[in-house]
This record gives sequence, C-alpha cells and structure tokens, in this order.
Amino acid sequence: MTDGYSEKVMEHFANPRNVGEIKDADGIGKVGNPTCGDLMWIYIKVKDNRLEDIKFKTFGCGAAIATSSMITELARGMTIEEALEITRKDVADALDGLPPVKMHCSNLAADGLHAAIKDYLEKSGKK
Amino acid sequence: MVSSIYMDYSSTTPVDPAVAEAMYPFFSEKYGNPSSLYTKGREAKKAIEEARQEVADLIGARKEEVFFTGSGTESDNLAIKGTAYKNRKKGNHIITSSIEHHAVLNTCKFLEIQGFDVTYLPVSREGLINQDDVENAITGKTILISIMHANNEIGTIQPVREIGKLAKDMGITFHSDAVQTAGKIPLNVDELNVDLLSMSAHKMYGPKGVGALYIRKGIHLEPLLHGGGHERNMRPGTENVPGIVGFGKAAELAKKHLPDEEKLVILRDSLIKGILEIEDSYLNGHATKRLPNNANFRFSFIEGESMILILDMKGVAASTGSACSSASLEPSHVLSALGLKPEEAHGSLRLTLGIGNTQEDVDYVVSVLPGIVGKLRMMSPLAR
Repeated sequence: MTDGYSEKVMEHFANPRNVGEIKDADGIGKVGNPTCGDLMWIYIKVKDNRLEDIKFKTFGCGAAIATSSMITELARGMTIEEALEITRKDVADALDGLPPVKMHCSNLAADGLHAAIKDYLEKSGKK
Repeated sequence: MVSSIYMDYSSTTPVDPAVAEAMYPFFSEKYGNPSSLYTKGREAKKAIEEARQEVADLIGARKEEVFFTGSGTESDNLAIKGTAYKNRKKGNHIITSSIEHHAVLNTCKFLEIQGFDVTYLPVSREGLINQDDVENAITGKTILISIMHANNEIGTIQPVREIGKLAKDMGITFHSDAVQTAGKIPLNVDELNVDLLSMSAHKMYGPKGVGALYIRKGIHLEPLLHGGGHERNMRPGTENVPGIVGFGKAAELAKKHLPDEEKLVILRDSLIKGILEIEDSYLNGHATKRLPNNANFRFSFIEGESMILILDMKGVAASTGSACSSASLEPSHVLSALGLKPEEAHGSLRLTLGIGNTQEDVDYVVSVLPGIVGKLRMMSPLAR
C-alpha cells in the first residue's frame, strides 16, 4: 500500500490538482475498468492546438489519483503533438516512481490523456 | 497528525505489557534449551508446560492436546495436510468453505494438485455457511471438514457446533480455524465438537511468531516437519520459549479479559450506526452473528485503498478488501463470495476494535469518515 509510495505521490494524492469535469470539453478519454479497481476520465479543452485546460475524475487507489493529478500538470499548455509523447514512464518518473505492482494497473493517466486527444481529433475531423 | 487510533485489531494486537514482562527473562537469563536435563533446561521446559496449560484452559482442552507451532498459518497447514496425509488410504475428499483464510484455502489448493478433491462451500449474502450444504457435500471419501469459527474480514460467526456435531456423527475429522475467536469470545472444544483447532498468539495481545494447534486425543496427524522429537514429534524444532511463554501469559489474560472483549459489541454497534448514516453505505456480513469487535462496510463509487490512505493521514489505522491494497490485485475472495461485484468489493473498509479503543475513538472515526467518503466521491466518475 503506502509501502513504496513516494512523498510526491502522497502529496498529489492528498492535494490532487484539476479535479472535476469540463462541461464543454473538446475531448474526453475514458480508460480503466471499475472491475479492476481503477477508472479514469480525462477532459481536455484545446485552443490553437494547445491543451488550454485539462481535468480529471478518477475512481481508484492512491496511485491512480496521483497519476491523474500529475498528468494534468504535465500536459497543461502543451501542444497536441507534445502531449501525445507523454508516456506512462514520464508520469511515474515525475512522481519519483511508483511501486512495481502499481506500474501497470494504476498508471493509466497517459492512456487517458491520449484517449482524450484521440476523441478531440476525431470530433474535430482532424483525423 | 491530530490523532492515533488503531482500529485494525484483527490484523494484529499490541503485546500486553504483562506479556512482554513474562517473556523477557527467557531471552538472556532463562535461556536454556527445554530439551536439556540440567537446571536451566528444566526451568525452560517447566515454563513451556505452564504455558501449555494456560492455552488449554482457554479452550477447555487437556494440556497434552495443545501443540505449539510458529503461527496460525502453520497450525492450519498442520491440521489440514496432517489429516490428509495420514488418512490417504481412507479417502481423498475435503470439505471447506469459500471464505476461509488463505492459510486454509491455499493449503487445500496445494492438496488438490496432489490428487485430493476439495469442496468449497458457498456462503449466504451475510457470509453464513449452510449446514445442509455441508451434509450434502459429504461422500464416502470425505476425511476432513475445515470450517473457520469466525471470518477475519467480515466477522461472521459460523455454526461450528452444529457442523462439528454432523462431522462427529459421520466419523469425519473436523478442523476449525479459530484464530479470530480464541481469546475474543468464549470457546470450548467439546461444546464446539472440534477435533482440531488453530490459534495464534498475536491476535490476543501475545507475540508474533507463535501459534498452537489443538489436537483431540485419538486424532492422528502426519507431521509437516521431521527432526528431534519436540512437541511429541508433531512439530520438531527447538521451542520458541519466550514466544510460548508469552502465548501462555496472553491466554491467561484473555480469559480475564473476555468480558471486556464482549463489551466491544457496544462500541461496534455505535460505530456501525454512525457510519451507516453516510449515504450509499452498507454493512458487510451478518448483523448479529458477528465478532464483537468487527465492523466491515462498503461505500459505493469509491475505492478502499484511497480511504485507508486518507484515514491514515487523519491518524486512523484500518484495512480494506480492495484489490488495490493487495499484492495479488484480486478483490477479497470473501467479499466476492458474498456475491458482491468487484467494484463493490473495492469500496470496502474494515474496522476491528480492541480493548484499547474508546467511545471517543468511535466518535472521531464517525466524524471524519463522511468527509473522506465525500472527497473521494467528488473525484469519482462513478458517483452520481
């Protein structure tokens, strides 16, 4: 459990950034599965090819919430192309690492962001 | 940190200072090997036998029917494998339940690989085993029935006496894992009709690393270990003298503290009443047939590990059956056996009380939990 959670993970878990929905989101990414214990929805607002706003809603463990919070900080202000290059490892590294058992199940934030961008590209006819 | 409240007594308990005091001389002063014939050896041997008597008295057994082991898990292994190996010629069928501790379940799974057949009985929504199911599962090849006295997660107390009677009438060996009940509720091996009963010291204010198995006179087991004849060949290896002495002291104190343990019902029910005020919260397990110290809840739309982490920040130690808190990443097999969906099992919270808890502790938890649940629901895409 907390065994192996870095201080940064605990800080993001205790004070998650950018929680909530964006009502008129340009893209929404829904990843995970409540059966497995992690479900993550990422909302993005795009302006001039940049992520102007990004928010999340997450059902899951400490790692799931911390990675959600971290990706909103990492991606905000990036171009679509830059944001698509964020990897699961980047998120884990930015949190000073995750316990090995959490690397696959709860480290979904990059997938969520990419799904939201894909949704935006499809909706806006850019793909 | 505003507070420090321990509500995880079913995981482990603090060692009672009187227990620690009783153990202390047996490390560096009375360090003799109980097998040695000189004074130092004899004094260690005597201490072990006194402890054996105390443990026997706690469960209404005879001293020579108590065998010390290294843990509750080892006691379960010895009871189940020991019976299976000894009775191989008689039959190969074992009956147990789907909500046993892993020490029982995984031992049975191991035996399945070796050609034994195991029936895992279902439980009701409240976690109760139906004795008719036990009766119907018995075949001519059944050599062992193993049903826990009370469940470690949801606290449901099983009809062990009735199942034991059934086993007795059929001439089948009956084992019960009483790790959660020994020292917590009155327990008598004759009343319960058990042949084998597992116990653990650290669940009753004793030290970790010592358990015991009650073996009814006339029941024969194949030992798991082979060596120098300790514990009458049932568990060879030089005895953990300080641990056993601690277990004896803990058993002696547990007898005195039984009324206090039973009084935990009042705190438990206050906790349950307070917490069920939270919207979309439910009690797991049986309303009345449950351990005096166990409360287990589930909260819709949120996940247990997150709850535990925030409770910890608020100074409360608790546990959950969520997959995310386990190394296996599977939700609790007990909650799944109740018929709960995985997402329901993920939202569980277990609070287990002990004699250190007060009404103030309960009030504190009841006051902080709605905020924690609310915060996590704000974040949850599942919440309305």
